[in-house]
Amino acid sequence: MKPPRSPAAQRLLALFVGAALLFDFPLLGLARGRALAVFAAWAVVIALVAWIVERDDDRR
Amino acid sequence: MAPALVIGTAFAYLLALFALAAWADRRAAAGRSLIGRPWVYTLSLGVYCSAWTYFGSVGRAAAGGLGFLPIYLGPTLAMVLAWTLVRRIVRVARRYRITSIADFIGSRYGASRTLAGAVTLLALVGVVPYVALQLKAIASAYAVVAGARAAAPAWWADGMFWVALVLAGFTIAFGARGLDASERHEGLVAAIAAESVVKLLAFVAVGAFVVWGMFDGPADLFARPGAAPALQAPADGGAWFALVALSMFSVLLLPRQFQVMVVENVDEGHLRRAGWGFPAYLLAINVFVLPLAAAGLALGLPDPETYVLALPLAGGAKTLALLAFVGGLSAATGMVVVEATAVATMVCNDLVLPLLLGRGGALGGLVLAIRRAAIVVLLLLGYAYFRIAGEAYALASIGLISFAAVAQFAPALLGALYWKGGTRAGALAGLGTGALLWAYTLMLPSIARSGWLPAGFVEPGPFGLAWLRPEHLFGLQGLDNLSHALFWSLGLNAAVFVAVSLARPPSAREAARALQFVDVLEPAAGERVFWRGRARAADLQALVARFVGAERAAALFAGRPQGFADGRLVQFAETQLAGAVGAASARALVASVVEEQALAPADIARIVEEANTLRQANAKLESLDRLKDDFISSVTHELRTPLTSIRAVAELLRDEPEMAAPERARFVAIVVDESERLSRLVNQVLDLAKIESGQAEWRDGDVDLREAARQAARSAGALLRERGAVLEVRADEALPPLRADADRLQQVLLNLLGNAAKFVPEGRGRVRLSLWREGGELRAAVDDNGPGVPAAERELVFEKFRQGGATRAQGTGLGLPISRRIVEHLGGRIWIEDSTLGGARFVVGLPLPRPQETPR
Repeated sequence: MKPPRSPAAQRLLALFVGAALLFDFPLLGLARGRALAVFAAWAVVIALVAWIVERDDDRR
Repeated sequence: MAPALVIGTAFAYLLALFALAAWADRRAAAGRSLIGRPWVYTLSLGVYCSAWTYFGSVGRAAAGGLGFLPIYLGPTLAMVLAWTLVRRIVRVARRYRITSIADFIGSRYGASRTLAGAVTLLALVGVVPYVALQLKAIASAYAVVAGARAAAPAWWADGMFWVALVLAGFTIAFGARGLDASERHEGLVAAIAAESVVKLLAFVAVGAFVVWGMFDGPADLFARPGAAPALQAPADGGAWFALVALSMFSVLLLPRQFQVMVVENVDEGHLRRAGWGFPAYLLAINVFVLPLAAAGLALGLPDPETYVLALPLAGGAKTLALLAFVGGLSAATGMVVVEATAVATMVCNDLVLPLLLGRGGALGGLVLAIRRAAIVVLLLLGYAYFRIAGEAYALASIGLISFAAVAQFAPALLGALYWKGGTRAGALAGLGTGALLWAYTLMLPSIARSGWLPAGFVEPGPFGLAWLRPEHLFGLQGLDNLSHALFWSLGLNAAVFVAVSLARPPSAREAARALQFVDVLEPAAGERVFWRGRARAADLQALVARFVGAERAAALFAGRPQGFADGRLVQFAETQLAGAVGAASARALVASVVEEQALAPADIARIVEEANTLRQANAKLESLDRLKDDFISSVTHELRTPLTSIRAVAELLRDEPEMAAPERARFVAIVVDESERLSRLVNQVLDLAKIESGQAEWRDGDVDLREAARQAARSAGALLRERGAVLEVRADEALPPLRADADRLQQVLLNLLGNAAKFVPEGRGRVRLSLWREGGELRAAVDDNGPGVPAAERELVFEKFRQGGATRAQGTGLGLPISRRIVEHLGGRIWIEDSTLGGARFVVGLPLPRPQETPR
């Protein structure tokens, strides 16, 4: 009965899990003096979200 | 700087904000909405960045490097799911005219007033100090920019009191103008979006000035002695995880965030842009946080919380300092205005209105008055708290404490969207547990640290009981205060919510709401009407009129059923009311004017089933209707072709009586041929219609397939000879008889042979008819050496009027569809393969009767 999850929804879920891990312990390690790397990782996550949602044509 | 200049700038800024909001409202009224753009929506979410973060981030960074960052990483995480999770919330809110987060949660769990009231109370407790914090930020910023200030003046001489009143005025003018709280506040949203731009520009301008104007770029800056603390590991690294989680929840659950993200959303599609645009905004506004912290430390400035203002002042850039002040002002005012709008709606709809619903008469004006009064009271409470708490620890730490308070809504909210088993009792128990633990482990210790409770409350614990120590509850060690509080409050909140929900199955009303929320993306969800009883349309209209006015109510009910109301109308009326007074009050109001039958859980399942069936039936009808239209247009098209040529020839014959006899004979032959084609077509259309409608007569008997094939071959003989084609018949000996209509079977074989004859090359055609038994089927195949049928078209040729390929000359386009209907009626199937003769091979498989049915 349920509509199948769209590919974009699955990608976003995967990105959420990945970003949740990235934003925690690994990034905390990096945070010792390498702030630039933290901001770069943050920007990559944002870019991935943009890439996923802007090309999803799901108009449900 | 002269105080008059600072105050003048501040009020000029607020005035500009008024003008902008009024202009946006006017544009909206003229049908040229500003907030219909995804970027405006995205920027309005920037209300998340309050003065606490505008000034506080640099303060945190000066104390411990990237420790300020989780507050922004959390929202980034949450926004990853904007396109999925938030879209569900927005869809629900739109469909049921949800007005606030309290309304959302109350509505989901059976339109519960108690639950909505509890959410409102907790939000209120968390928000009042948060508003106070904003006022304090403005006051301290003023003190820095205008030079140190003497002791606090009396309240009437205090600029902050008047700022609070101006903000209340702004909120009333643009956040509580109309009655329907689920409607969009165009001016408010436009102003908030503009404020987001102002604070970003101000912050970035200060950052750029400091890094490249006062220092020689970032390398120089970070190399300075004294800047080191800004690059060290976060001081409270242990809280990193808790902070990410907290801010992830708050970006959706803070009343102001829910207001801009959900209630003010005009188009789900905007979430697409906001999903990355808002995190990008957060990133941009944070790029200069570390450099500013490093610069302040390097210069040895006091009080990191004011670096954003003190640095440009130290660099001699007074105008820039003023801009930074305006940036902070915009961060604070944006937060206050939206928070006040959201919380006032909650207080009005979920705390005050339930007490007043018994009153008769028009209530629209009253509702609006209550909402406006709530705004003023909220801001005055915030001001009072600011005056009383002042420099207390409780105020400085309130940002995170507020976050933790609203995080308690998370289990109920997520459960509302994804779990049909959640109940009102479960949500209430979970929320209550979470709120108590939040107060005990986070709020009370902060109050104790401010000296308003005995210090012994924190250590060694109340009544000296070590296991009751609020920051080491039940002896839990090794966690920082925030993580500890979050672990107990949110953990037990979720556990109690699930446990209590599971203890008892949801009531019918809870189950109905659960379906409406959880299945919101399902197409059939909108057609479910969970209401049984007796109601009159006039009563409902009168009820709605009490809130929205008679004129508007008449417009809303125009064209809807009169007399007795059906469930759909009741639901409509309830949704209209919900937009004004919230779901819980709307439910109670509607129940007061209609006679309702209580629904049983079994009814809910039946209603869902009915709605699904109805939807499927409608979809089927629609598609049948379309097919019928296609069919009629094809038939008329096919009829017109022979008619046109008959008419043309007949006109020729009429107009030229002197025509030579041979020519006349040729024309007459054309008329005869075309008339035959016409009658064949009409017969076939009638035939097909009969078969399809099930009215065809079937004379079933024992049929010898070999005999039927022989008859068909004989009938097709003339046609084949005419085309110069050779027919070869291969039949296995002793085929068992079939149970079928002999004439119909022959018709199929004849159709296939005629079809083959049309496609074989003139003069050297080969057609083969084969009969054999395979498994439980008798098979007949007609092979030809024509052009064949491409794999992609092998199903299409069985559709009406879809003649295969361009080579098709004559024929009605109905032979194969009829054949397929006949074969399917006989329980068999028909398909196309490649033929060994080089053309197409049409195969018919017909099931043999099962042994016990074999006729003796």
